[in-house]
Amino acid sequence: MYESLLRFPGDILGEFERLQREMEQVFGGVGRPVSIRALGRGAFPAITIGNRPDAIEVWALAPGIDPSKLEISIDRGLLTIAGERSADVPAETDKVNVYAKERFAGVFKRVISLPEDADPARVAAQYRDGVLRVTANRREEAKPRRIEVQ
Amino acid sequence: MNEKQELTEREETKPVPATAVRPPVDVVEDESGITLSADLPGLAKDRLQVRVDGDTLMVEGEASLDVPAGTEPVYAEVPPLIVYRRSFTLSRELDGTKVGASLKDGVLTLRIPKTEAAKPRRIDVNVG
Repeated sequence: MYESLLRFPGDILGEFERLQREMEQVFGGVGRPVSIRALGRGAFPAITIGNRPDAIEVWALAPGIDPSKLEISIDRGLLTIAGERSADVPAETDKVNVYAKERFAGVFKRVISLPEDADPARVAAQYRDGVLRVTANRREEAKPRRIEVQ
Repeated sequence: MNEKQELTEREETKPVPATAVRPPVDVVEDESGITLSADLPGLAKDRLQVRVDGDTLMVEGEASLDVPAGTEPVYAEVPPLIVYRRSFTLSRELDGTKVGASLKDGVLTLRIPKTEAAKPRRIDVNVG
């Protein structure tokens, strides 16, 4: 908490990168415990989460998906992102050779635990360049407020 | 090494920033050429570079998540700035001058045709 007092404002990207490096270590088997629902590296889609005073932002890197086939739901504070990515690699025949098949194909589902003050009625999602961004607004009463001294 | 392998991956020789990501690819060959698909989520068309230099095919780009000011990181499997880079060596039966590229929803599709001379031909056997 006190650390944030020393942080240079505006260095958000650096902060995210530091966290990502830390997480690589965490998933490597050392460090602090992580969420029971965190699947770690290699899960599809990869997820990054950020906190703002008025909203929680979730980015899911899900390239090559028809946005109308993405299922996004919120139930009891759990945000679920589910869908399917079809395999476009054809079967091998005597005229077709497949040399690499590294891209994810199949059904996917990721569940993210939202903070208590997230308002399930005010969640927005947009899909651009293969990235799904879900913005869950916080309840009005939970937003930080400036208190005037009388 | 597999004899059929026409597209081989090249070892990176240039220094790479710590955050450079090797995108996953699918590589499929048919009679007329090779189709390569690569996952590059977050990459806008104007930040993508596909270069053919001699026999080297290089795919490179910088993607960024749209992070609003005042956001505190909570959890990050991917950094908000991603540098994608991967290169391949083309064999001589592939025509590097006619590579077709399209980028849609973060998926790059490259079509690398074979040179006319390299396309399979049926050879008739004369009986005589």
